Amino acid sequence: MLEVDVRHAFGAFRLEAAFSAPDRGVTAIFGPSGCGKTTVLACVAGLLRPEAGRVALGPETLFDGAAGRFVRPERRRCGVVFQDARLFPHLSVETNLRYGLRRAQLGAAGPAFAEVVELLGIGHLLARRPGRLSGGERQRVALGRALLSRPRLLLLDEPLAALDADRKGEVLPFLLRVRDRFGLPMLYVTHALDEVDRLADRLVLMAAGRVLAADTVEALSLRTDLPLAGRRDAGAVLACRVARHESGRGLTALSFAGGELLVSEVPEPPGAAVRIRVRAGDVAVATAPPHGISTLNVLTGTLEAMEPSGAHEAMLRVRVGESALLARVTRDTLDRLGLAPGRPVWALVKSVSLSA
Amino acid sequence: MALTPEEWDAVRLSLAVAMRAVLFGMPLAVGAAWLLSRGRFWGRPVLDAVVHLPLVLPAVVTGWLLLVLFGIRGPLGGPLLHWFGVRLVFTTAGAALATAVMAFPLMVRAVRLSLDAVDPGLEAAARTLGAGPLDRFFTVTLPLILPGILSGGVVAFAAGLGEFGAVITFASNIPGETRTLPLAIYTATQTVDGEATAAKLAVVSFTLAVGLLLLADLLGRRMQGWLGR
Repeated sequence: MLEVDVRHAFGAFRLEAAFSAPDRGVTAIFGPSGCGKTTVLACVAGLLRPEAGRVALGPETLFDGAAGRFVRPERRRCGVVFQDARLFPHLSVETNLRYGLRRAQLGAAGPAFAEVVELLGIGHLLARRPGRLSGGERQRVALGRALLSRPRLLLLDEPLAALDADRKGEVLPFLLRVRDRFGLPMLYVTHALDEVDRLADRLVLMAAGRVLAADTVEALSLRTDLPLAGRRDAGAVLACRVARHESGRGLTALSFAGGELLVSEVPEPPGAAVRIRVRAGDVAVATAPPHGISTLNVLTGTLEAMEPSGAHEAMLRVRVGESALLARVTRDTLDRLGLAPGRPVWALVKSVSLSA
Repeated sequence: MALTPEEWDAVRLSLAVAMRAVLFGMPLAVGAAWLLSRGRFWGRPVLDAVVHLPLVLPAVVTGWLLLVLFGIRGPLGGPLLHWFGVRLVFTTAGAALATAVMAFPLMVRAVRLSLDAVDPGLEAAARTLGAGPLDRFFTVTLPLILPGILSGGVVAFAAGLGEFGAVITFASNIPGETRTLPLAIYTATQTVDGEATAAKLAVVSFTLAVGLLLLADLLGRRMQGWLGR
């Protein structure tokens, strides 16, 4: 387990962040620019020595302000993937990849060179110089270089932020592969919610130098009291499995704890885990079972909570079995339908609004 | 335009003196540039001033200071002669020392400029990959500042070929020992019928200087390309 509790000040900015991350899976640190998330990562990597606090990885204390303990970054065995890749421009891709491998601790376990090269699909780039790579290729090499240094923890600092949408799509699948293949704990700093949805198991939500909340992505997506709920792309994140493909209809049925959703057909095979975000703005609510509508997904539930959102809107939380959905409606709707917590409602979700 | 043996001597000596000055001066220049670019200590402006002093002081004064320091009874020259049997005044080694001191600011400036251009993020990345301070310097920083070292070295070499004031003050004007190109030219102008010698050596001087400056520029650009920028 990674335990972080750091305090640091730059001029007027104060960082006071504490959270922990489990030994497995991806923990995303999410927040707006300037909230201190990259600083937290630098404290874990050892590239910044905070004024006070403690950082521990498993049994080893990496930093303890009170005890004056500070492990230098070169001894921390934390692989870092920077936003700007930071490949050594004077070395070939292969030499870059081997840079950390050659300096890795003797006896430290980790993937072999050939395995990493194959997994990241960078075999054809080995002889090239970093200057001749595309942005996406550069990030894949940077990821490989960090993996090959035999780290205990992988730190990723907005690795996709400098890439356009197409290039992002070139790198994201490889991040998923790395996550699934190596079981290495990953700390992933980002300000893009779609990356959180695709990659992260847990979410540490930051704003203005503080941790607002830390929990699973699914649990935090349902909290209407966090800044997340104010975003236009707010919505419940559901962990689903592919139940079956209805190829004749061009649909896939996803099952989740609480029911089933029909979505536009996805490529994953039956049984595969997929996660979807049901955006609150795409969910409509009815107080009687609707008839004759195009919407395929009509889920029976109970209105659990209502929270004002902005000047004219409200966020509704609808309990559906063991899960819940969020729905964004106007204040006018609350009055018109006489909505109140405890009331049975039907949540309507258009299939085309869902993408896994 | 054939050179006499004495004239060849002056050319050869100039090349040897400038070469030694750059070879011995450059490692120190890299160290000084590192301190000036990366160091955070109170004496940095003082070091900066001292490094640049030879650029602004009259060369004769620099040569005189060297005489005071490295003379056989000087605070550095005395022990050097006593413990190592090394005498610098009036020797080729002394001419190289005077040339190195004069060319030092040129080397430091070139190296410092390239050091300032090295992204400290690359060194940070090397740290996270397990590289200690010396390891980082030799595998990341040094290769990245190599263009600056090479082009700075060539410029310093070109300037060193023509160092006059400090050399003549500290090392005197001894044929075959310390009479480098500019000293030979100066001597020729002071001699009856020396015009031909002076003109020939001036042409050599001019050609070397222009050629070396072009080489420095070419090296700089080639190396940048080699670094993939």
